[in-house]
Amino acid sequence: MDTWRNNGLRFALALPLFMVLCSVVRAQTQNTCLDCHSALDPPLQVTEERFAQDIHSQKGLTCASCHGGDSTSADLDAMSKAAGFRGKIERKQIPELCGRCHSDAAFMRQYNPSLRTDQLAQYKTSVHGRRLAQGDYEVAVCIDCHGVHDLRPASDTRSKVNPLNIAETCSRCHSNADYMKGYNIPTDQFAKYATSVHHEAMTVRGDRSAPTCTTCHGNHGAAPPGVGAVQNVCSTCHAFQAQMYEKSSHKDAFQAASLPGCVVCHSNHGIQYPTDAKLGTGQEAVCVQCHSPGDACDQARAKMLSDLTSLDEAIKNADKVLGIAEASGMEVSQARLEQDQARDELTKARVTIHSFQTDLVEQDIQAGLKITAMTHAEGKAALVERNRRRMGLGFSLGAILIVLVGLRLYIRQIEAKAR
Amino acid sequence: MTLFTRVQEWLDERFHWAELIKPLRKKTVPVHTRSYWYFLGGITLFLFMVQVCTGILLLLYYRSGANEAFESVQYIMTRVQFGWLIRSIHFWAANLMILTAFAHMFSVVFLRAYRRPRELTWVSGMLLLFLAMGFGFSGYLLPWNTLAFFATKVGTEITGQVPVVGHSLMIFLRGGEDVTGATLTRFFGFHVAVLPGLTTLLILVHLALVQYFGMSVPPSVETRWSASPAEARQMKFFPNFLLRELMAWYIALGVLGALSAIRPWELGAKADPFAPAPAGIRPEWYFMFMFQTLKKIPARVWFLDGEVIGILVFGAAAILWLLLPFFDQGGRGRGRKFITGAGVFALTYIIAMTVYGYMAK
Repeated sequence: MDTWRNNGLRFALALPLFMVLCSVVRAQTQNTCLDCHSALDPPLQVTEERFAQDIHSQKGLTCASCHGGDSTSADLDAMSKAAGFRGKIERKQIPELCGRCHSDAAFMRQYNPSLRTDQLAQYKTSVHGRRLAQGDYEVAVCIDCHGVHDLRPASDTRSKVNPLNIAETCSRCHSNADYMKGYNIPTDQFAKYATSVHHEAMTVRGDRSAPTCTTCHGNHGAAPPGVGAVQNVCSTCHAFQAQMYEKSSHKDAFQAASLPGCVVCHSNHGIQYPTDAKLGTGQEAVCVQCHSPGDACDQARAKMLSDLTSLDEAIKNADKVLGIAEASGMEVSQARLEQDQARDELTKARVTIHSFQTDLVEQDIQAGLKITAMTHAEGKAALVERNRRRMGLGFSLGAILIVLVGLRLYIRQIEAKAR
Repeated sequence: MTLFTRVQEWLDERFHWAELIKPLRKKTVPVHTRSYWYFLGGITLFLFMVQVCTGILLLLYYRSGANEAFESVQYIMTRVQFGWLIRSIHFWAANLMILTAFAHMFSVVFLRAYRRPRELTWVSGMLLLFLAMGFGFSGYLLPWNTLAFFATKVGTEITGQVPVVGHSLMIFLRGGEDVTGATLTRFFGFHVAVLPGLTTLLILVHLALVQYFGMSVPPSVETRWSASPAEARQMKFFPNFLLRELMAWYIALGVLGALSAIRPWELGAKADPFAPAPAGIRPEWYFMFMFQTLKKIPARVWFLDGEVIGILVFGAAAILWLLLPFFDQGGRGRGRKFITGAGVFALTYIIAMTVYGYMAK
């Protein structure tokens, strides 16, 4: 009986102590800042729901991690200087503040060992970073691109720095003519990019490896590539074209004239799907903008264009014949496969154009024409075979008809005899 | 004495040939306004014989196995002399055979040719129709192209839904959990050995029963002839009916040749088990009404799986249909009206669901 009583007393004493301990532990993990800031009006408003989306919040960081103070305390003293409260971070301080953790390899290794830690160093070399150092606080700092309080990793498609969203993120400043006033740079980059083949690849085909702003300009170290470096930037994807261009006469000529390599013919932000018409003399033509009609280079241009056109037409003609044969039920799948090889040769020739050497282009064209001559002949042979089959069918049906008539007459004859 | 007469005498001396073919000479076929329906069974038999001949010719070049099947059919279509024609005839004859078999079955239902004493003729005919559909299902996979591969995958998956034995049946058909080269080997075995053996046996039984009981006369004609025996007309089976049947076979041959020459069956792309299923996977047309029904049944009906319900209903319907003659008690009773109604419903349902299946996206 005494034992029961003693145990009951111990429990009665232990329960309040346990509850106090629980409240202390809860307070330590609690982010009390949000209790007030959820109810405030923007820009001071940060809701719990919004902050819960933030990667830092998910990793256990609180408001105090950036703003200082004591996020576990509900008192206003928590926002005192004594508690280390920094308040609103000034724009000029933001890169250094983020860099405190993001430039610390040992610290970042705990959360994401593969994440780079040179963002701040790169930022300082960027146009944004250099201007910030000079006291221009209008330029982009970390939060302008990555967001704040609901910052998501770049791999998240909702992130402002996900490849799908980067162009739009950059355009928020760079397409704003008022905001960009004074910087003396164009504001139509995004409008042009939105019409480009790269934008189509990214948004229509969902190819996230397609180029967006940061692919050519860099991200944290964003700066326009120099005139001489353009082909290096493009060559990260268009390697063969770059190899051809490197060996061509245009490379030195463009450099001497301070012309920006690839951009001269293909433009920069609004790059369109290149057509053979670039080699022509019409509206899309590019060669004739520099070369005089009739000179040696113009003759080479005309030769290359004629070569490309001849292979393109040969492919189309063979496709047409094979299409008719296929629609007639003929088996031409092998020829169809060979047609793909001819198409590959045409693509190869279009790449070789960047060498600006007619003999090299002609080699590819001849290889393609050899294939189309074969496939065209296969298509024609299939059509001859189809006609032969139809003729055979005609004869067979004729023979069947004769037998039917014969049988009918025979039946009539034997039945007449029987009667 | 002609050579033919000498051969006839030679056979007669040894096997009493004249005695053997006596029943054929005596056999007659009733002549009335619906006699043309009698040709359908014969045309189906002719198409089966075409299948056997073209199948044997295809076997000369076809190689089963996931690595060789497609290439061997491609070789038949492009390199073998008249290979394209043989394969196309095999394909079209298979489709026409199932079509004429269905038409034959419904003509038997509507003319009540299944009635006593021909119940077993009906049962053997129905079993032959099931076997023909089995031929179609197993033969579809043999070229090992994308469409056939995924259609077989879907088809065997449906088999797997059958309660209790479904999974084991699916494993048996596939030769494993998935459709692989092992499935192809099995289907090839079923298609060229098991099914032809069973079908030949059943055709002999079916023909023997037809021979034994003679041709059925529609009840209305039978009543009229009983009342006035002078009106009854018969035609000698040999040679009169047989020559007419031969004409029907020639017409079928002409249709077969025209379809094969104008629309040779395409080969498609080689099956890639790792590729995603292409859009619009559909079975052969004669399975379409079942496939479309299973697609339209809700996933859950009360507490039961919708697909399982569909399979059970089709299974029960097939068994009832097989036993159809036993529900017809003769005369003008309720059973007869019910069977005619069920026949009209089945035909309408099959046509409507097949058309719907092809039109639905």
